[in-house]
Amino acid sequence: MEIPYTVTARPDTGLWNAKIGIWLFLASEIMLFGGLFSAYVFLRIGADAANPWPHGLLNVPVGTFNTFVLISSSMTMVMAWASLKMRKFAQYRIYMGLTILCALAFLCVKAYEYNDKFHHYGVWLKNGEFITGHLEENTPESLTILPDIHHEGRHFWPETEHGAPREIKKADIRRWSNFTPKFSPFFAIYFTLTGLHGLHVFGGMVVNIYFWLPGSKLYRTNPEHLANRVEVSGLFWHFVDLVWIFLFPVLYLL
Amino acid sequence: MEISASPAHVHHGEEHAHEHHDPGFLGKYVFSTDHKVIGVQYGVTGLIFLFFGFCLMLLMRWQLAYHGQPLPVLGPVLAKIFPKEMPGGVMTPEFYNSLGAMHGTIMVFLGIVPIAFAAFGNFVVPLQIGAPDMTFPRINMASYQAFFIGGVIMLVSFFCPGGAAKGGWTSYAPLADITDRAPNMFFTGQTMWLIGMVFLITSSLLGSVNFITTIIQLRAPGMTWMRLPFFCWAQLITAFLLLLAFPPLEAASVMQLMDRVAGTSFFLPTGLVVNGEIVNISGGGSPLLWQHLFWFLGHPEVYVLILPAMGIVAEVVANNTRKPLWGYKAAVFSALTLGFLSFIVWAHHMYLTGMGARVSSFFQTTTILISIPSVIILTALLLSLWGGSIRFTVPMLFATAFMPMFGIGGLTGIPLAFNAVVLYLHDTYYVIAHFHYIVAPGTIFALFAGVYYWFPKATGRMMNEFLGKLHFWPSLLFINGIFMPMFLQGMAGVHRRWYDGGASYDLAKPVLHWNAFMSWSAWLLCVSQFPFILNFFWSIWFGKKVDHNPWHATTLEWEAPSPPPHGNFLKPPVVHRGPYEYSVPGSEDDFIPQGKA
Ligand code: HEM
Ligand SMILES: [Cu+2]
Repeated sequence: MEIPYTVTARPDTGLWNAKIGIWLFLASEIMLFGGLFSAYVFLRIGADAANPWPHGLLNVPVGTFNTFVLISSSMTMVMAWASLKMRKFAQYRIYMGLTILCALAFLCVKAYEYNDKFHHYGVWLKNGEFITGHLEENTPESLTILPDIHHEGRHFWPETEHGAPREIKKADIRRWSNFTPKFSPFFAIYFTLTGLHGLHVFGGMVVNIYFWLPGSKLYRTNPEHLANRVEVSGLFWHFVDLVWIFLFPVLYLL
Repeated sequence: MEISASPAHVHHGEEHAHEHHDPGFLGKYVFSTDHKVIGVQYGVTGLIFLFFGFCLMLLMRWQLAYHGQPLPVLGPVLAKIFPKEMPGGVMTPEFYNSLGAMHGTIMVFLGIVPIAFAAFGNFVVPLQIGAPDMTFPRINMASYQAFFIGGVIMLVSFFCPGGAAKGGWTSYAPLADITDRAPNMFFTGQTMWLIGMVFLITSSLLGSVNFITTIIQLRAPGMTWMRLPFFCWAQLITAFLLLLAFPPLEAASVMQLMDRVAGTSFFLPTGLVVNGEIVNISGGGSPLLWQHLFWFLGHPEVYVLILPAMGIVAEVVANNTRKPLWGYKAAVFSALTLGFLSFIVWAHHMYLTGMGARVSSFFQTTTILISIPSVIILTALLLSLWGGSIRFTVPMLFATAFMPMFGIGGLTGIPLAFNAVVLYLHDTYYVIAHFHYIVAPGTIFALFAGVYYWFPKATGRMMNEFLGKLHFWPSLLFINGIFMPMFLQGMAGVHRRWYDGGASYDLAKPVLHWNAFMSWSAWLLCVSQFPFILNFFWSIWFGKKVDHNPWHATTLEWEAPSPPPHGNFLKPPVVHRGPYEYSVPGSEDDFIPQGKA
């Protein structure tokens, strides 16, 4: 038994099956990320004196770089598909390889950013003061922090200046934590959104690697089918790219 | 097989040539990609869960009627299995809460949706549209597996320290966020509930993509949209609801999971006090956000529960009145409208959250609007009975009972659309009665109708008529015995989550005596299911053998052999007419199959 319209389009709908499938899947993905974006809106509206919405905690140049990486990967992805359509297999191999490389670069940069955050600390004192910086020492009685020095206004380049080490008694601390999800609503939504997005990048990359190496054997028997498959994974890839285009300004810039 | 008299029997040999490899027992029944096997897997698993969820409620009913007394017979057994939750056979309040939460969750997400949508949809839709299978058979199998894993996780959660989830099927924050965090937040009921939900949502996502694509792409030649049986329309719209409404709950589940496991405060407000102490969290979250995300799923979900049921009833009614479905087109467009409107009514579950007059007027209006298409569909079904020579077969009995029961449920929903009324009725037994009339004697009766109706297609044998009637009449009686008094209790102000059924509240005194009556009805309802269980298994092996179309039905599934082979049809079907050509004047039979030229 064979399922019709896996490779060729059904005449009255003009589409093959997987193309409808992927668009439906993407519709549901929009609702998934939509739910998280609505959480972002709720949290941001709910920001108050106790939890002001922070600015300038993320590294904008690095984020910008990653945006370019993803946009480039979308272009190489299109080229990979086009190469298959033109039946230029060697070229497909190159472009698909570049796409995978971009995905890998994106994930590495993201890992670098996460790691940076995990090594940054914030301390709320009982007297209302709020200090951020790097942790020098942590003893049962006190913390020693290298505090960040903040300048007025917003900055494109992150501030890396530190003040003199400062010892803080644990008895004076209301709450302290590194920049992990539990730190604040901002980091909660930042890590959840980018984490879920990162999982999508990873998933897309794995699928692309499959079509790049073992899956590409299909080219010999049915090149059009392979082109269709790459088109589907490409549509997913553009979607993942598009999500980032929304995430970047919302989290890094606004 | 003497199907229709057209020539092309040549395909016969070709079709079988593809099938000579033997997939073995595992490949055939466990890891099958055949839509019929997956449908049956979903159906059997769903029925088991349905019965299990029902049993949880039977335990609760003991507590409500005879609170504080040790459970007879089962008490000692449960005290052994759950020494902390059922000490000496007496139910603790925590365990009562777990039973309530898991009853709702299991009935909705593991019982009704899998049966109504996944089981009947999988088994019937490809046959009705004349397709060899679903478009993505392997994804179909993955969907069942994700569902199965989600179900197992839910069951295992009963054995976590602290027991299963206790926050109601709605898992409202902040309560659900903070229960049972110690000693380890991973193996707690609520965390398992969230992980289970992520699996179930993934499963329904895979299923809905498959259903929609299949209905769009694999309709047989001639199966135009207006020749599609109403059941397929209902499944198509249901699939869209699942596709688009479930993901926000997935997002919400992920966030609640983060709250519990990573210590975030998505749903926890600033300055939250638990047991007299300020919790050490960042705060700044919003409990209302959970409610919005939950009900954004929750309301479309109630139409996921009812639309397939309407579809089944439509098929059974047309077949047993021997008349075309009255107002087929109106019903289709109403179902489409219903699907659309169901996305913009969710906040009628949240009138008491202080949303302000403007917002609540908007949701009052949309809620009243959505009752219009529901009424149109019900009217179409009712008018279809008019002037028919009705055959009261077992499926028809259940389908007929569906109509007044759904009617009661729907009509009692209308007062709930109004903010001012809900001030009084919210979270009372009135609400419980409202939606149970829709889902229990409504949807579940429709599901039984479907089981009796399509059983001969799946097995080639009829279910026993006498046992079927022995199942139907007591069920109808006792199910009303459970839910009708709930309206009275609710209007008297009895709250839906009281552990002692209202015994410690003065206001409940005048309606308290109903508790025992309702509980006995529930237990007798359980007894009334035994004829069904017996019938089901007996008929698989000993039921009367029948040919491919025992009901003399018109739709395509009845042109395939019973049970249909892998690939379904002996020759590719072609559709020549609408779905319900019964009693056409001048034709020799009282039905003309869709595939007859
Ligand atoms: C026909 C028009 C309907 C109207 C106007 C309506 C209205 C409402 C309203 C306003 C509530 C909220 C009551 C409250 O919490 O205070 C409610 C609850 C509910 N309705 Fe309906 N409803 C209708 C049909 C349905 C249908 C078809 C179903 C599907 C099976 C359904 C299932 C439910 C459920 C499950 C709840 C309770 C949820 C909970 O709080 O646990 N309703 N209904
Ligand atoms: Cu609702």
